Amino acid sequence: MSGMSRIVKTITNVAFPFVMIYGLYIIARGHLIPGGGFQGGVVVASSLAMVLVAYGSIWIVGKVKEKNLSVLESLGAICFIGLGFIGVILILFYSSFEGSFLKNFLIGQDTIPIFNEIGKGISNINTAGIIPLMNFSVGMIVIAGLFVILLVMAYATRIKEGK
Amino acid sequence: MLEDTMINIVHIVVPILIVVVSIYAIYLKDLIAAAIAVSAMSLLLSLEFYILQAPDVAIAEVGLGAFLTTAILIIAIRATKKEEEA
Repeated sequence: MSGMSRIVKTITNVAFPFVMIYGLYIIARGHLIPGGGFQGGVVVASSLAMVLVAYGSIWIVGKVKEKNLSVLESLGAICFIGLGFIGVILILFYSSFEGSFLKNFLIGQDTIPIFNEIGKGISNINTAGIIPLMNFSVGMIVIAGLFVILLVMAYATRIKEGK
Repeated sequence: MLEDTMINIVHIVVPILIVVVSIYAIYLKDLIAAAIAVSAMSLLLSLEFYILQAPDVAIAEVGLGAFLTTAILIIAIRATKKEEEA
């Protein structure tokens, strides 16, 4: 698949940073405004898809590999499940800690004061403990998963064109 | 009062526009134009979601329906050739 016309490329160059920063904003403020990890990830993946469609798959060969995107997706899933299990694991070290799976351990608990301090330091902008971190994890999964679909499709069309 | 009237008018106009744009998507001969019509239908659908006070669903719809589906369709269309040129 070759690139599209110069008009499309110019509009893409102008619109790409705005769309991407709006998607990251939806992820980062997902616990306060409508949105969250999935919606923001979809918007960021849309901006990447815009570049892919405008510049064509010949241009994008060698710049992004789907193996790296697979690593990013796995990293997001590991972060999500790890944040969930930290709430369980902390029971082993602090017997008075009321832990459970997906326990919000960064805010509103008395046994481990250092985590409350960390949460307070971050919470000048975010007041929700581990929920923004989980939104970022889900966003990583969605960005990598949706962009790799388009990338594999573009690769398939490139192979057909080479013959 | 005026606001309620405006919202009622929009509730009538937007579904009619969705139907009209869907008919365009069927009857247009150019494939990329038909893909853009599908994208416009999805955009109007997300506007309808927003009026029905579901902004969360509207963001997901405008991302997935109006953008990613169109990107997939355009990639697939540009990998083919027209019947007259083949």
